[in-house]
Amino acid sequence: MKKTISVTVNGVTHQNEIEPRLLLVQYIRDVLNLTGTHVGCETSLCGACTVMVDGQAVKSCTMLAAQADGSTVTTIEGLAQGGELHPVQSGFWEHHGLQCGYCTPGMIMASAQILQRNPDPTDEEIRHGLEGNLCRCTGYQNIVQAVQCAAKKMKSKSVAR
Amino acid sequence: MAEKTVGKPIKRTEDPRLIQGLAHYVDDIRLPDTLHAVFLRSIYAHARIKSIDTTAAQKLPGVVAVYTGKDVAKIGPVPCAAALPDLKVPDHRALASTKVYFVGHPVAVVVAESKSAARDAVDLIEVDYQELPVALDEEKAADAKSPVIHEQFGTNVAYKLTAGEGDIEAALKSADQVIKQRILHKRLAPIAMETRGVLARYYPGEQELTLWTSTQIPHLCRTQVAIMLGMPENKLRLITPEVGGGFGSKLNVYAEEALMGWISMQLNRPVKWIEGRRENMQATIHGRGQTGYIEIGFKKDGTLTGLRYNVFADMGSYFQLLTPAIPTLTGLMLSGCYKIPAIQINVTGVFTNKMSTDAYRGAGRPEATYVVERALDLVAAELKKDPVEVRRKNFPQPNEFPFKTATGLFYDSGNYQGALDKALKMADYTKLRQDQQTARKEGRLMGIGVSTYVEICALGPSAAMPAGGWESATVRVEPTGKVTVLTGASPHGQGEETSFAQIAADELGVGVNDVTVIHGDTAIVQYGIGTFGSRGLAVGGTAVYLAIQKLKDKAGKIAAHLLQVDASTISFAEGKFTSSAAAGKQITIQEVTLAAHVAKSLPEDMEPGLAATSFFEPKNFTFPFGTHIAVVEINKETGEIDFQRYVAVDDCGKQINPMLVEGQIHGGIVQSMGQALYEEVVYDDQGQLITGTLMDYALPKAIMIPHLELGSTETPSPVNPLGAKGVGEAGTIGATPAIVSAIVDALAPYGVRHLDMPLKPEVLWQIINKKSAGAA
Ligand code: FES
Ligand code: FES
Repeated sequence: MKKTISVTVNGVTHQNEIEPRLLLVQYIRDVLNLTGTHVGCETSLCGACTVMVDGQAVKSCTMLAAQADGSTVTTIEGLAQGGELHPVQSGFWEHHGLQCGYCTPGMIMASAQILQRNPDPTDEEIRHGLEGNLCRCTGYQNIVQAVQCAAKKMKSKSVAR
Repeated sequence: MAEKTVGKPIKRTEDPRLIQGLAHYVDDIRLPDTLHAVFLRSIYAHARIKSIDTTAAQKLPGVVAVYTGKDVAKIGPVPCAAALPDLKVPDHRALASTKVYFVGHPVAVVVAESKSAARDAVDLIEVDYQELPVALDEEKAADAKSPVIHEQFGTNVAYKLTAGEGDIEAALKSADQVIKQRILHKRLAPIAMETRGVLARYYPGEQELTLWTSTQIPHLCRTQVAIMLGMPENKLRLITPEVGGGFGSKLNVYAEEALMGWISMQLNRPVKWIEGRRENMQATIHGRGQTGYIEIGFKKDGTLTGLRYNVFADMGSYFQLLTPAIPTLTGLMLSGCYKIPAIQINVTGVFTNKMSTDAYRGAGRPEATYVVERALDLVAAELKKDPVEVRRKNFPQPNEFPFKTATGLFYDSGNYQGALDKALKMADYTKLRQDQQTARKEGRLMGIGVSTYVEICALGPSAAMPAGGWESATVRVEPTGKVTVLTGASPHGQGEETSFAQIAADELGVGVNDVTVIHGDTAIVQYGIGTFGSRGLAVGGTAVYLAIQKLKDKAGKIAAHLLQVDASTISFAEGKFTSSAAAGKQITIQEVTLAAHVAKSLPEDMEPGLAATSFFEPKNFTFPFGTHIAVVEINKETGEIDFQRYVAVDDCGKQINPMLVEGQIHGGIVQSMGQALYEEVVYDDQGQLITGTLMDYALPKAIMIPHLELGSTETPSPVNPLGAKGVGEAGTIGATPAIVSAIVDALAPYGVRHLDMPLKPEVLWQIINKKSAGAA
């Protein structure tokens, strides 16, 4: 029994017939071919699959595609705007917040959410905010710095406006 | 003229694709008509397979094929490259056929149009097992009374090995005192965030097979898979796309790699297998796994006289690529950064009903460092001396390098005092000890741990390696002046695309962005060894450097020809050739390159083109070192550990990109913290894997980790022209003993001198509460 869903992903609306058991991450990766969102555990523990659903960071391996019907989804591919990197993306680049890069899309989405909720976080708050995201390479320190750097960039941008 | 970049923390060139989700790991590669493979794995640790019924699975819609052990008998054994005397090597096949030896042992593979169909079909396979008694603990399994895993050997002892120099008996006898300590190095899971994965595509017309696989060793893997499949190596192309971490777990050749190739050849369709996380915990190599006994002899003044380490090393049930060789690295590094006149290691390698152990970040060396550092702490505690003093007492002096150890190594260069002094200063050690006095008076459990380590890197001279220790590079200047570097080292997060480009850019006087570094495709890159053993830069980077010297030599001759001067008068700097014989005249590398390619005017007998290849064979290993200091306070109520400081001073020789160096050290230290405090692969007494998910296996999270304060000293290595030593494993080697030492130090008032990892709050709480109850 297939189900038809309509989801807006990175600004483009898609209509697809899907199996009810299809996970959102499978929909994103296998149906839409947006492979920037990764799978590290499939059990909601690593955060590699984090995307934004209606503005909320969600582990897309814990949500069914059917549940995203009618939603707006942003994946890592949709974060840069008009060819300009999102401040979190450039923060990660400048502060060496990634090594193998596998956890990175999820880390970046989770970090963007942290700053959305708290534009001026302490290191401690950032570390708390990343509790659902595992990285085996970086030891997290540069990720914390990357997020701090992004926070500064975002603040100076909003002041400039 | 491009600015020099070597030694500067420049941003990585690989990052733009990674931060935008535009990189391609194996599972991101999509080929039309791809089939999906899912494995049925053993649910028992030891059992005889009485029968397998795949009928129902085969009938399921979407299923294309189901294979069991007897179907794939033609595939050759999974290779082990370690050669040791009298080594018992089990016949390790792609799928089990008569017996299963560990939970996760592959028994059958289903190939279907979709992954979900394959998964459903796996559930329909019926295997009739006859359970057998298990052998799990490496020490007990070595006993003659233990159930035997490989019946043909009549024992679980895979090998015994003794190594070391000096008269150990006399050395221990000459000591004023000898301390003995049993010490455990628990099994760990490497857990690269990207699990393993393979995509295979056979081209029947060309009779060529392409394998995309997440590996650290593309060329070695190609050779071995070609042998397993009995196909010509030059008909097999192996590509490692983006690799999401390895830590040694992908320094291997796995059954699944050959199997996917074989299946694609049977079915003439692409086939993909992506390892699930549970599978990864069960069937990707584990690390460590040693139970050892230390004996350390010393004089009253703290001078060490000898060290013996008798160790039972857990092999798991089969050998993977390097399994039995790992404890030999432990033996090599048992001198630590100290003068120990006599050293002996006695290894008993033991089969157990578990997944194979193999190289996990550090690979045998963290075990050695941990043994030596724990031993030094025990000596200090016994003599009531400051642990720093005992270390200093036994250091070789900087002028004693190359320093020969009683394990047969020559340490290339070092200044152990320098790194120690810097770390002590950064941490303000004297003040810390005073604070500790105050804390103790107030009843707080504060501890300070110091570890001074040396490690063996840049693996290594081929004579000491199982399958070549050199590395290759080809450097080409294209007609437009852009530079292409082909490296046999195949990175998976180390940033070699950037650091190698820095070397090439500086040497050729071009910008980093004018250089492209290509790796991980055996059809493009000349043979290479791979990235592991902290060798990428020190061996692979040196090959790049040396290839460029050859290339510049040729370019210089062309420049001389074009400038009409003698080649001996030519010099090269900042991208330009000049001649001492023709003041004011110059010619750029780009002009020379163009001339080399259009080939209208070249020196007589010179071949056109501008490319050079180097296969760099290091004459020795390199020996980076450093000092790590951990300061902790233990919460008496909960047993939880609060890091107050973590200071690390590492010396990895010359640094090409300090930002990448720091990143490697951060990551290494945090993996160490995982080992010291949280991580442990646990099998129950039936051999069931208890830590089968990331819920049960505790990886460090951001919130568990303190801010790390890093410093460095720079003692160049004489082994390679870059002066680089390697840094990939330093953190994992140096940090574990410092952390354990700090915790033991905090608990010293309870009479604690040693504890085995992982030091979970529960363990500490019990010590604190049992002892205080006793005292009350
Ligand atoms: S893949 Fe979704 S949390 Fe790990
Ligand atoms: S960068 Fe490799 S897991 Fe985070």
